[in-house]
Amino acid sequence: MIKVSSREMVEVRMKINGQVYEERVEPRKLLSDFLREDCGLTGTHVGCEHGVCGACTVLVNGSAVRSCLMFAVQADGKEIMTVEGLAKNGQPHPLQEAFSQCHALQCGFCTPGILMSAVELLSTDSDLTTDEIKEMLSGHLCRCTGYKGIIEAIEKVANRQKEGEKTDGSGVTV
Amino acid sequence: MKPASFDYCRPATVEEAFQLLAEYGDEGKLIAGGQSLVPILNMRLSSPKCLIDINELQDLNYIRYEDGWIKMGALTRQRDVEKSALIQEKCPLLSEAVPFIGHMQTRNRGTIGGSLVHADPTAELPLSFLALNGRAVIQSAEESREVDLSEFFITYLTTDIMPGELLTEVKFPVDSVPKGYSFQEYSRRHGDFALVAAACILDTDSEGRITTIRLTMGGVDAVPILVEEAVDVLIGEKLTETLLEEAGRIVSAHVDPEGDLHASREYRLHLARVFAKKAIQTAYHRAIGKGSAS
Repeated sequence: MIKVSSREMVEVRMKINGQVYEERVEPRKLLSDFLREDCGLTGTHVGCEHGVCGACTVLVNGSAVRSCLMFAVQADGKEIMTVEGLAKNGQPHPLQEAFSQCHALQCGFCTPGILMSAVELLSTDSDLTTDEIKEMLSGHLCRCTGYKGIIEAIEKVANRQKEGEKTDGSGVTV
Repeated sequence: MKPASFDYCRPATVEEAFQLLAEYGDEGKLIAGGQSLVPILNMRLSSPKCLIDINELQDLNYIRYEDGWIKMGALTRQRDVEKSALIQEKCPLLSEAVPFIGHMQTRNRGTIGGSLVHADPTAELPLSFLALNGRAVIQSAEESREVDLSEFFITYLTTDIMPGELLTEVKFPVDSVPKGYSFQEYSRRHGDFALVAAACILDTDSEGRITTIRLTMGGVDAVPILVEEAVDVLIGEKLTETLLEEAGRIVSAHVDPEGDLHASREYRLHLARVFAKKAIQTAYHRAIGKGSAS
């Protein structure tokens, strides 16, 4: 059992984008704030802080979740992936490339969250439909582009994946 | 938008959870998926002294078919229910209802137990489990008891769970579950709280006469309700436009919604009638094998 009083700091250890982070945090520290303030990973954006906007979405053990609705202490021992983990060897992730090509962002505030949800979707569904993409996007608010470019970008990667191309973010885009 | 300070405990076993519940009493608050609780904490609508995090109680995370019942651990993630082939086969009503809960990103963490104990009258799972004749298994350090879901919800955000108790399982009989089913919901945007929702399960004889029907409505009262009066008129009958109209009329006469910023009382009454009819009609068509025509 783990038991920490509100005045104590608790030790947390988790792997973020393949790298181990060990920090001491207050129990009430949100995972989103932990990533930004304690780990310096400011790619994860904080919008509404009550689970509505989706900007702070990250992968926890491969599942896209709101990092503002979890405490850092709850992610102890877990594997986290944030938008910083997408590009490999200086190469953007296929999704990032597609977002750029399809004009799927303007200000970019919502983009990191959407990318992370799209990563989960592409990794768990090999036969992605437009409706499934829209259903996933219902969990994200974008206030400048509209969603058309975003859908096109994800479809583009899904189609390439269907044709057998490796689009898992390994940087291989042969 | 940061929560107030709290003590944090993470029990490794159900027994430890009971110890902590006893130790903290009213000041301890259980957290599972946290998809309703953490927004409440972030907005400081609530500031419990201690959070008891049951996410490590993996014994409470399962979906099983046993002796004619589907049994689900309270910690089962909504997303796992959505993806479950067993649920799709034994209980398609749930597979239809779960995608209406929030978004994929919240269902990844939200649990079925959390949805039930939160007892929001517009929530999808309480409504569906009630339609399915579900039972809640509630444990304390001393005993385990079962409560019919028709007696589980007391009022807004309040259930039959007593201090020191923990919801551990939800179960419902599936071997005789009717072939016809339908979950219908209206909300202003996908993933928002429902203004009104309806769940219906229904069976017919070979002539198309209704033999069994259960209709539940959400968002129209302080708790999800089973509308027995409306279905009484349908038993033993083939569904006709007139009967459907009559059932819808009875539903709107028996529900008691409150008006708020999102919808007036009159509008909710209208929606209750329309969505009850849709649910009954779709379930009926499925029962007689006509697909999901509505």
